[in-house]
Amino acid sequence: MSEVAKSADWTGPVPAAGGALRGYAVWIAAALAFLVVPYVFSSGAGLTMLSLMGIMIVFTLSYNMLLGQTGMLSFGHAVYYGLGAFFAVHAMNAVTRAGLPVPVIAIPLVGGLAGLVFGIIFGSVSTRRGGTAFAMISLGLAELVASSANILRGFFGGEEGITTNRTKLLPVLGLNFGPQLQVYFLIAAWCLLCMIAMYAITRTPLGRMCNAVRENPERAQFVGYNPQTVRFIAFPLSGFFAGIAGALAAINFEIVNSSYVGLGQSGVVLLAAYIGGVGYFVGPVIGAIIVTYLQVMLSDVTAIWQLYFGLLFIVIVMFAPNGIAGLLAMHQPLWRAGVLHRLVPAYLVGLAPLAVMTLGAILAIEMAHRFAARASDGPDMAFLRIPLDVTRPLPWLVAAAMTIGGLLLFRRTWPYVASAWNEATITARGRGEHL
Amino acid sequence: MLELVIVSTLNGVLYGMLLFLMASGLTLIFSMMGVLNFAHASFYMLGAFFGYQISQWAGFWVALVLAPLLVGGIGALVERFALRNVHRHGHVPELLFTFGLAYVIEEVAQMVWGKLPVDFRAPAALDFSAFTIFSTNYPAYKMFMLFTAICIFAALLAVLTRTRTGLIIQAALTHPDMVAMLGHNVPRVFMLVFGVGTGLAAIAGVIAGPALVTQASMAGLLGPILFVVVVIGGLGSLAGAFIASLLIGLVQTFGVALNVSLADLFGAFGITVGPGSALSEIWTVTIAQIAPILPYLLLVLVLIFRPTGLLGTRDT
Repeated sequence: MSEVAKSADWTGPVPAAGGALRGYAVWIAAALAFLVVPYVFSSGAGLTMLSLMGIMIVFTLSYNMLLGQTGMLSFGHAVYYGLGAFFAVHAMNAVTRAGLPVPVIAIPLVGGLAGLVFGIIFGSVSTRRGGTAFAMISLGLAELVASSANILRGFFGGEEGITTNRTKLLPVLGLNFGPQLQVYFLIAAWCLLCMIAMYAITRTPLGRMCNAVRENPERAQFVGYNPQTVRFIAFPLSGFFAGIAGALAAINFEIVNSSYVGLGQSGVVLLAAYIGGVGYFVGPVIGAIIVTYLQVMLSDVTAIWQLYFGLLFIVIVMFAPNGIAGLLAMHQPLWRAGVLHRLVPAYLVGLAPLAVMTLGAILAIEMAHRFAARASDGPDMAFLRIPLDVTRPLPWLVAAAMTIGGLLLFRRTWPYVASAWNEATITARGRGEHL
Repeated sequence: MLELVIVSTLNGVLYGMLLFLMASGLTLIFSMMGVLNFAHASFYMLGAFFGYQISQWAGFWVALVLAPLLVGGIGALVERFALRNVHRHGHVPELLFTFGLAYVIEEVAQMVWGKLPVDFRAPAALDFSAFTIFSTNYPAYKMFMLFTAICIFAALLAVLTRTRTGLIIQAALTHPDMVAMLGHNVPRVFMLVFGVGTGLAAIAGVIAGPALVTQASMAGLLGPILFVVVVIGGLGSLAGAFIASLLIGLVQTFGVALNVSLADLFGAFGITVGPGSALSEIWTVTIAQIAPILPYLLLVLVLIFRPTGLLGTRDT
């Protein structure tokens, strides 16, 4: 039972009915945002990234149906994403070959159905048990599928993968979905649709029972619901949306290979959901946007971006287990009470040493990288355009001083930040906010 | 055929013992702290790399002693300064923390030692063939690995059953709250177990490094197998982990040696499947080709027929 008691604190507060997403206004705003952003970031790279974000939002939200809503930690969610992508790609090729009048808009449904069917098959094995056992089984199944993908080359296409051509399918309203902008709108439409559907599911009795199973499976059982059944229903549904995301990726890239079902992809979606915050519906959306942005931008800046990615994840797990959405939600009552601005000076004082520490740590990591892995490039490197020589002690001393000094200073400023926070919350409580 | 059986059995037992070196630490950590250490295979990898680096400077035998101590120390520090803080958020953040740790350790290893395998060799003193079965020369180093693994297994057994600390650990496996209630410093026992567990994984890394390939992806290759072992054996059962380790070791080595496909099997009964039929690949892949996925198939079968694992009693 101790596990049950603990499961309550990591999921964070359950969003109250209505809560942040009240009525239709939010969805209309989301639709407008989807319409406007491609004209703001209209470059080729911008459109590509927006498309990736749309795919990732669907995938991460589908993952959160398991982790956030039902409390099932899966290490193999890419199985349904990847199988959705493969079935979509084969469907597109089959449709093209047979000359059937099927538009590319309908293809995500194929991926969704593939995810649903495989969710039922694998879910019947894996959802019998919750907790750690479920996590391990999901990992085993993921490894099974990933290894099979390398053996069954006919279906999975081996390392080079399977290619397709989205423009060969039936055009809709004169659109052939060749240009990236048209693909973006296809992805955006499906993304919005899936977001609304997944949010609606959280509001149904099924969604509520999922939350109950997450919070306390035994009590859910007392109320008359079998937790195994609830998990077994939630699992294929989540696979359905993951399959849609996979199909969207297949349409976007026009190529699918075995890395789609791999453990790396499963890891990324877990990281994205958790960084965003699994206790909130918008959390995975935030996480998907940030992670996609980091994946694209950081990989341009540094060769070891995955290390920073992992470190960011560890920092979130250790210090902000409710994710970025959790941090934002903490400040919401203060903002409503109109006292948020009082925190700004304290935050600035706290953030300055934190920034120094982070910068020092990054400098040390970058120098270590140059020193160990890229020694052949010579000892001279540039950090923030400042030239330095990694074989000399001075830059190392500076990095160490910044990291350790920043840490010590940050600990000094912490009481000040904490007292500012306390004062603000007391005022907010006085103005009728619940904290 | 007899040659194949004997050599495969030897290799299987050897691989199984290596798996058990890691699975034992993983099981101890899981039973006591309730956290499945995702980064366990990463400590094994660190052991191999530390072993390689130290053997470059001071020779293999020094490395065999120093590397596990260093890695165990790192493990204890991780428990003390990170895992213990995450513990209050619950089990899922703990599992996720070790997941992130595995990610970071692999990246760091890649950064320091590169992506390509390093040249970690068995010491010259063990570089001869121990004996010859039929026509196969069996290397002495493999016998040394087997011997080391068995010694550590015996030592672990002795510590767990004969010493005071071992008794506390055994008690904490089943009744952690009661052990704390009796006044034992459970957090310190946790730190000790985590350090020893990761140290055991590092020993496996040092002795496996020269025989297998020492590279940054070795953790990712072995980690999932390790979880299969622990789940098949039954989460939290040391004896189960032992049986499952040997089972998986044997299944994998025999799997690689068998060059039979479903088509051959059915062909023996006069049933033939044309190459053009659907999923013809399923018929033509040999057992040797699917050897890597056999442990996972076994996992699924065990979970269908015995959801708690072979000797497991716990439900999670």
